[in-house]
Amino acid sequence: MREKNSKKKTVTYEKWGYVFILPFFASFFIFSFLPLLDTVRYSFYEYYRSGLKEIGPNFIGLKNYIELLATDLPKYAANTFILWVIGFVPQIVISLLLASWFVDARLKIRAKQFFKVVIYLPNLIMAAAFSMLFFTLFSDTGPVNSFLVNQGITAEPIRFMATVGGTRGLIGLMNFLMWFGNTTIMLMAAIMGVSPSLFEAAEIDGCNPTQIFFKITLPLIRPILAYTMITSMIGGLQMFDVPQVLTGGSGNPDRTSMTLIMYLNNHLASKNYGMAGALSVYLFLVSAILCFIVYKMMNVDDPDGSKAAAKKQKKLAKKEARG
Amino acid sequence: MKETNHSHGRTIAAHVLLIFLSFLCLFFFYILIVNASRTHIELQKGFSFLPGTNFLTNLRNVMNDANVPVFKGIVNSLVVAGGSAALSTYFSAMTAYGLYAYDFKLKKPAFMFIMMILVMPTQVCALGFLRLITGMHLDDTLIPLIVPSIAAPSVFYFMHSYMQSSLPLSLVEAARIDGSGEFRTFNSIVMPILKPAIAVQAIFSFVGSWNNYFVPALVITTKSKQTLPIMIASLRSADFLKFDMGKVYMMILIAIVPIIVVYLFLSKYIIEGVTLGGVKE
Repeated sequence: MREKNSKKKTVTYEKWGYVFILPFFASFFIFSFLPLLDTVRYSFYEYYRSGLKEIGPNFIGLKNYIELLATDLPKYAANTFILWVIGFVPQIVISLLLASWFVDARLKIRAKQFFKVVIYLPNLIMAAAFSMLFFTLFSDTGPVNSFLVNQGITAEPIRFMATVGGTRGLIGLMNFLMWFGNTTIMLMAAIMGVSPSLFEAAEIDGCNPTQIFFKITLPLIRPILAYTMITSMIGGLQMFDVPQVLTGGSGNPDRTSMTLIMYLNNHLASKNYGMAGALSVYLFLVSAILCFIVYKMMNVDDPDGSKAAAKKQKKLAKKEARG
Repeated sequence: MKETNHSHGRTIAAHVLLIFLSFLCLFFFYILIVNASRTHIELQKGFSFLPGTNFLTNLRNVMNDANVPVFKGIVNSLVVAGGSAALSTYFSAMTAYGLYAYDFKLKKPAFMFIMMILVMPTQVCALGFLRLITGMHLDDTLIPLIVPSIAAPSVFYFMHSYMQSSLPLSLVEAARIDGSGEFRTFNSIVMPILKPAIAVQAIFSFVGSWNNYFVPALVITTKSKQTLPIMIASLRSADFLKFDMGKVYMMILIAIVPIIVVYLFLSKYIIEGVTLGGVKE
């Protein structure tokens, strides 16, 4: 009986592997892969709604792609990039600083857990609600302005959302607040993965904390820094909720805060399927390149050591999971 | 001597920056609570650091507002987020188990494929997705917001890593010898072992779905089916100034409080989860 079972083993169990992964792949196929193909298909068609009349679908080849480049698309791409940079640069600087402080045993930081809990908190807040909150707080008659005017700091209320810098600055600030805690915790794990003997050796050789940070910590966590940057870029490419709610979907002033996904959203809402399709394909290509870099970092042989970093992270995760 | 002074100075600098950042993180929420407890007229008059007395009045007004069915919104959000969390954790754990415990021809390609789509934005197939669900007559329902969570690559990755560290295959073998069927082994032996991982990932998918705005805003058209983010975003309209601001603040508070409460209880596990998962967009 037992023998029979073990003989059947290879045949029978192989089937179960497929059974177990079937729902995932079926769901992905139906709700992501087919829609993706459909999206690509529509990008080659003239297909939009003008009033109540539906025009198309007529096959027009690459015309949507070319037409799209002539619109404000490059401007929106630049906006998205600028908004990402405004949020990302302070985020990575502060996170690096905080992570190296948190890990440094010589600094006696009190209430570490409390600080970690607090700085991660904004990451869980609904971006739409957070943005709405900022909109009300910083509106022309809002609390911030009423405070500034009452205290005599400014004579007139500052119209934050009427200036390019104000709007972009607020979006950057929100993105910074929402993500620096998350990045800090990720980088902490990375720094803790560096062998402590390296820090000790550097200290014995007379390195000061600044030298240790730039000469040891930074080069050793470079792969994870790169990983953080690429994943953040993918997140930045998807920027939508915060600028959409803050500017009411307009991206004003003068559409300087209109992001790529906001533009896609406009096309989808107005049922301009051809253009939405072409824009989606552009977005797909960019994110596919970024995803591929992430994939390379996590899996395959990597000359710059990203693979080792990913492994190290995994090992660390394992260690923590074991407790 | 000099060195201790130096690290002493750095400790102080670290605390100053940490307190400042924590203040920044918490201050906005404090103002939100203060403003949610004040009437529209009080809010018009100016800013105050002290809470008012109209918290419950504002809450009642929001709940009874016929134009913005907040209570319905909370229920819809709970259904969508709860459903997504349940489906994504169960089926992604199942997928991870399938790729972890069995050997089959397509095992490696399947794994590589999921790793490739791990950080792929969902927005790029939104157009096809909308047309698909319209074709299935599922537009303006909550179903397309729940069912696709079956395929959650980041949950899969987390579960797979977790299994590698804490699910010995000998256990599965033992169950087999005892005559347990494959599904039974998964449901009654593997799932309990995965409990900590499931808890963490359930929270993350719940939060992600609760906060999701892009897809629901495109799928839902009827007011009574709206989720909270859509309602919040609809406050930001042209006649914004005519709104009762006390109610606006209260609604924002309602949208974020459930998550904050859960977080305060489970923060330790959540923060550990961030480190473990490694791949949250």
